[in-house]
Amino acid sequence: MIWLNVVIQGVLVGGFYALFACGLSLMFGVMRVINLAHGDMAVVAAYVAVFLTPHAHIPEVWAFVVVAPLFGVVGYIVQRTLIQKSIDRDPFTTLLVTFGLSVIIENLLLEIYSSNGQIVNVGELIVKSWHPQTIIYISYVSLAVLAAAVAVLGLLQVFLSKSGTGRLIRAVADDHEAAQLSGTNYRHIFGIAAAIAFATVALAGISYGMMTEFAPTSGGVNLLFAFETVVIGGIGSLWGTLVGGIALGIAQQFGAHINPEYQVLAGNILFLVVLAVRPEGLFGKKTALA
Amino acid sequence: MSILTGTSTSDNGLLRVRRSTHSPVYTLIGSLLIVLLLSIAPWVVPAEWATVLQNFFILVTMATMWNLLAGYAGMVSIGQQAFVGLGAYATLFFALKGMNPFYTIPLAAITCVVIAYPVTFLLFRLRGGYFAVTTWVVASTAGIIIVNQGYLGGGTGKLLPGMPDMNPTSLQHLTYLVTGGVALIVVAATYFLLRSRLGLVLASIRDNEISARSSGTKVTSARRLVFLIAAAGTGAAGAVLALSQTYLQTGNEFNLQWAAEMLFVSMIGGLGTIEGPILGCIIFFALQQSLAQQGAWYLIIFGSVAVAVAIWQPRGLWGAFRDRFHIELLPVGHWVGDRKSETTDHRSMLERLNLKRPKKPSN
Repeated sequence: MIWLNVVIQGVLVGGFYALFACGLSLMFGVMRVINLAHGDMAVVAAYVAVFLTPHAHIPEVWAFVVVAPLFGVVGYIVQRTLIQKSIDRDPFTTLLVTFGLSVIIENLLLEIYSSNGQIVNVGELIVKSWHPQTIIYISYVSLAVLAAAVAVLGLLQVFLSKSGTGRLIRAVADDHEAAQLSGTNYRHIFGIAAAIAFATVALAGISYGMMTEFAPTSGGVNLLFAFETVVIGGIGSLWGTLVGGIALGIAQQFGAHINPEYQVLAGNILFLVVLAVRPEGLFGKKTALA
Repeated sequence: MSILTGTSTSDNGLLRVRRSTHSPVYTLIGSLLIVLLLSIAPWVVPAEWATVLQNFFILVTMATMWNLLAGYAGMVSIGQQAFVGLGAYATLFFALKGMNPFYTIPLAAITCVVIAYPVTFLLFRLRGGYFAVTTWVVASTAGIIIVNQGYLGGGTGKLLPGMPDMNPTSLQHLTYLVTGGVALIVVAATYFLLRSRLGLVLASIRDNEISARSSGTKVTSARRLVFLIAAAGTGAAGAVLALSQTYLQTGNEFNLQWAAEMLFVSMIGGLGTIEGPILGCIIFFALQQSLAQQGAWYLIIFGSVAVAVAIWQPRGLWGAFRDRFHIELLPVGHWVGDRKSETTDHRSMLERLNLKRPKKPSN
């Protein structure tokens, strides 16, 4: 029963990792950009939810309704300016620029809000949980985040496979020059993909703030987990991202169960083993590695 | 290549190929002068300045190694703090075994090479962003493993034992000289390495990897060699960091900030030039010292400058300066020069080449 609990907690935290990682996966799949500022953007979203939305008389629980679209707009602008400029140089520059952004954001947050831990206030909900068994507690917040992850991934899947814009995104991801020749403005499509990625990262950041305390430095370690999720699941596969997140979550919970110090280590080992044995990830295509 | 060999043996004797844009004697004298001035600095300048210079040497060592890795071999790593930490903790390990910490620096470098070698087999399956983030995962893993060694201080940290028994000022001077010496060795070694055959191989890979491979260049072995050299140099930097801090903590030694600083100074100064990272370090410390009262603002400003340079001036400040004035202090490439006027304006030289090119025989 102890082990069942480990698995359940792993699945719950895995849902969060998947939600966090889907923006990263989308940006890598479409633009071939690894956004090293991804984790810090999530932290910014959480700070906006805690400090700015109360000014607009919106309860912190509902902050995502405002913050996610706002981040979509920010994502479009950042993509069309900074990131597109660096893509035009070479893939190397995108790494340098996004890493630079990450350090800038982290230190700005430190300067403005200090290194004190913050939390997104969800009221009574935080302590409530479903208690089906003597030792199994399923927190409602974690359950809601898992549900949100499944919903976001499902909606994205439907959007990418059914809608016209989704088709354009897939076309541009396959070959943006060919798409350009057929009359698509690939830069605009890149912008839309970045907007979606940033909106999901805002959701992930606010969810993180609901589940646990966060600080300006939380971005880095979460980016690491998000990246591990993407690689374990496989680039370009949305459901792979969910499976990758859950695999990472379970591995970490197993590690933590043996020794709390081993939580991150167990995840890292799973990641390195997957890379060594199956570098394209569990559900990825070989071509994504190029 | 054909242009170069063609002109250097051309019978008109107008052109010649050479490395330096000026007499290498000036470079030698200038370098010796700078080394001399920096060596006597701790006896002349205030102690705080000497500390800043010492940190400057450590960052120069790290940045030069990062530049060799990213600027010359195209491997963007954000996990080099792994070797900073491993180098520092290797020093602690050998010092705990009773060695004089100053003698452990080469051992720290060797330890890093021994650890880096198997890691390359995993890392080299990956490219670009995958490679970058995986180096980070490796660094995170190394940090976790070290923090779990109670013998090495665990999470609370440990004081470096066995420092030589001398008065604090002399010890400070000794540490300063050793730190500067390591930086000098690393920069000089990088310079001669890039002028060697390996430098030529790296340039060919950078320009066109596929054609380099197809003409028989052993791309992977060249990359591996560079990765190991960078591990050794960064490990030595970690060792001198341990000597200068004397109190080691994994949170500090394995900090991602090291990678950020290496990356930023190389980018601002100019990737793929030896002078660039050094110039970047000078700017970094000037900014850090002038904004010391404002907390983290120097990193914010420095990061913004780095992003701006990456987008608008990708060759960095030194690269831009070199392209504008055709001056290289530490040349590792070749120039096609005019034998008569001693000009080094390669554009006019190429025009001249075009003029001199024999006409194709018409059928």
